[in-house]
Amino acid sequence: MDTLMLSRLQFAAATFFHFLFVPLTLGLSVMLAIMETNYVRTGNEEYSRMARFWGKIFLINFAIGVVTGITLEFQFGTNWSRYSEYVGDIFGSLLAIEATVAFFLESTFVAVWAFGWKRLSPKAHAIAIWLVAIASNVSALWILIANAWMQHPVGFVIRNGRAELDNLISIIAQPFAWHTIVHTISAAYILSAFFIMGVSSWHLLRKQHISFFKKSFRLAISFALIFTIVEVVQGHMHGGEVAKIQPTKLAAMESLWVTTRSAPQYLFVIPDPDNERNLVEFGAIPGALSMLAFHDFSAEVKGLKHFAPSERPPVTLSFVSFRVMMTLGFFFLVMAIIGWFRRDTIEQRPALLKVFLFSIPLPYVASEFGWMLAEVGRQPWVVYGMMKTSNAVSPVAASQVAISLGAFVLVYSFLGIVAYYLMWSHSRKGPSDDTALPDAADEEVGYA
Amino acid sequence: MLETIWFALWGILWAVYFVLDGFDLGIGTLAPFLTKNEGEKRSVYNSMGPYWNGNEVWLITAGGVTFAAFPKTYAVMFSSLYSALLLILFCLIVRGVAMEFRSKFSSTGWKRFWDTLLWVGNFGPALLFGVAFANLFRGILIDGSGIYHGTLFSLLNPYGLMGGILFTLIFAVHGSLWLTLKTNGDLKGRAANLAGSLWYALAAAAVVFLGATYVSTHLYDNYIKVPVLFVIPLAAVGALVGILLFIRQAQWLKAWISSAVFIVMVTLFGVSGMYPNLLISSIDPAFSLTAFNSSSSSLTLEIMLGVALVFVPVVIAYQAWVYCLFGRWDHQLAQSKRQK
Ligand code: HDD
Ligand code: HEM
Ligand code: HEM
Repeated sequence: MDTLMLSRLQFAAATFFHFLFVPLTLGLSVMLAIMETNYVRTGNEEYSRMARFWGKIFLINFAIGVVTGITLEFQFGTNWSRYSEYVGDIFGSLLAIEATVAFFLESTFVAVWAFGWKRLSPKAHAIAIWLVAIASNVSALWILIANAWMQHPVGFVIRNGRAELDNLISIIAQPFAWHTIVHTISAAYILSAFFIMGVSSWHLLRKQHISFFKKSFRLAISFALIFTIVEVVQGHMHGGEVAKIQPTKLAAMESLWVTTRSAPQYLFVIPDPDNERNLVEFGAIPGALSMLAFHDFSAEVKGLKHFAPSERPPVTLSFVSFRVMMTLGFFFLVMAIIGWFRRDTIEQRPALLKVFLFSIPLPYVASEFGWMLAEVGRQPWVVYGMMKTSNAVSPVAASQVAISLGAFVLVYSFLGIVAYYLMWSHSRKGPSDDTALPDAADEEVGYA
Repeated sequence: MLETIWFALWGILWAVYFVLDGFDLGIGTLAPFLTKNEGEKRSVYNSMGPYWNGNEVWLITAGGVTFAAFPKTYAVMFSSLYSALLLILFCLIVRGVAMEFRSKFSSTGWKRFWDTLLWVGNFGPALLFGVAFANLFRGILIDGSGIYHGTLFSLLNPYGLMGGILFTLIFAVHGSLWLTLKTNGDLKGRAANLAGSLWYALAAAAVVFLGATYVSTHLYDNYIKVPVLFVIPLAAVGALVGILLFIRQAQWLKAWISSAVFIVMVTLFGVSGMYPNLLISSIDPAFSLTAFNSSSSSLTLEIMLGVALVFVPVVIAYQAWVYCLFGRWDHQLAQSKRQK
């Protein structure tokens, strides 16, 4: 394999791994903040125990999120140096802003929070976790603005042989960035809600800590309901933006080969990219694709054959990613609605609890496939319409990248297994009945 | 002008990073040699537990600022130093995870495993940052189109290794001084003794390095051109002597601050010598990347300057507040232990 392919694999492995931990950080931090706020407002000890129990999982997850983020930041230089040189004027500043504005706040106050149980007033402690929650969500905002710029570059001029900043506001304010932000952050809240509901279901099925896990479940189901609705509605609008600015991605995710007016949406398709057609097309809903993409039954949708083969993204992967994500999106919506109406008697419904328990991994799957669609569907461009991925790669020896890729796979697999094992064993153990708050001198306190 | 400001900020960011994360790296390097039992290990790890993550962000920012202000340097430097940099990153990954995971099980085998990784994860970067910076002072084998013609092993030249040893000793002294502030009793005594004896090794390494710098690099050219710059190495020497004096008087906080000043001055010594070069080519000086030929557009530099001027003071304010807060807590903890 050449340097390009190895670098792509390495970047994909590193980002996918990072994003196994990111969404739980984004969502759980907010939910922890709400739990602690409830504790301050009501004085109910149970909320404080909730924050401690879920907080421990949060810290395990957070640690991996942090350490895997750093490699990403540096990989633009190590593996995509041509890219960094060409767009650093814009892209580099967005990353630097993210670090200055968000990462410091996040990392500093997470320590205050982890070590401050006994020493801060409940109010000050709640403020610390609110700062962590705000900072991690702001960090997501900036990185997603950077990513959206790669999907749809705006606000730049080509000068001195590179892209230079022309208008920062238009980069920050462009609709595509905000679609990505809303979509990804909602995905993170959905994932965190299903995580909490799944773990809670496990305990409710065993009839232990009922009041504790019912409270947790009820908090999570509100998040689930709100954000699954947001996700499905906004996901549809997100697709509309893609149709407008990235016709090749739209064609690939729908596996549409021939430019069609009033294009139908098929219920079932098997793409056959080798022969530039679909093997199976079944259940056409006339005009539905034109309608979904352009809000017009008779709109023309460009097919893949309209573009030179070298301009087309991998079709099957984009297509499958989109289907899986979207199907899961509707599944989450249904589950959230059912769960919402059953929230008061949830502990008496073992079948429903089982479904929630086994749903824990599904939002992870949906998120990873969402990124697969966004990133693979953007190919062969690294910056859509502006720079090809093949021109972005560093002039480094393939052997070097092969070694580092091997190291990534080994180290990350090991860390992933350990981290999920720790989260799993902690989740199973359930909350301790001990009301004493943890202290820096205790064995238990994380982050040290 | 903007380029020069950003060059200075770039140097300062690295200096702050080395001051802050330096004590973590030093403590981690020394931990196996200083501690006798689990209780002492926990005291040692707790002395950096609340800080390491916030400190590490200075590295991310230094990297981010290189990317934002000098994209071409970021591109060429990081791809040239590919293997060295990834080694550092893997060490930092392992370090962070080990800090979080070691306390999650009470088995000794588990703890010993993460202790080992913690040592690797701290010693590795301490050494490698030294090697990397010495090579930056000396220049690396890059050609006119930014392609690196060396390997990982061409960085391990004598001057580079000297830099590695120097940095490791600097951080070790810095870390043991931090421990004297954060621990008690026997452990504190050992940390104090160690700082005292390591100081001589550090002083020797610093003198050798300064001499070797004269032979192996062109850093002194700037100093000869603008003699007032000699203030920086003089301040470094002063701070170095200060460390020893304060150790002798058992004034630990002052000793640690001297050590911090020493680190800042050593970093600035190198960076001022390099100016305006960010990445010196040892093939031909004409291929070097400078603050001027590798910088971002002036619009980007201006906007980033605005962001830095607003947010960096805020960051410094709350980080300082947190250091004071934890200092107070440590104090209370020590007192409550004494009462028991
Ligand atoms: C939608 C969210 C999101 C996405 C797409 C990414 N990240 Fe991330 N990142 C976060 C959301 C996040 C976070 C939630 O803010 C993390 C996870 C755990 C944490 O502590 O912060 C984080 C941590 C994190 C850190 C460590 C910060 C620290 O020490 O506190 C760095 C350097 C990066 N990320 C950099 C990146 C880069 C270069 C990415 C692109 C390729 C990237 N992240 C994708
Ligand atoms: C965390 C969620 C993300 C995931 C799962 C993800 C996934 C991927 C994948 C699979 C690729 C390889 C595509 C291919 O080569 O076929 C890729 C490439 C890339 N992505 Fe992302 N990505 C994520 C976020 C980001 C963000 C936020 C940025 C920028 C700020 C980004 C920048 C890049 C770059 C520079 C490449 C390399 C060039 C390329 O192969 O296209 N990614 N990503
Ligand atoms: C019916 C529901 C959904 C629709 C119509 C939808 C639509 C889309 C579209 C069109 C994209 C591609 C955007 C691009 O190329 O940049 C996308 C990306 C993505 N989706 Fe979905 N989505 C849905 C549900 C979900 C769910 C349930 C999750 C996770 C829980 C999710 C997570 C993601 C993520 C993480 C991305 C990549 C980031 C981005 O580009 O926004 N999506 N989605």
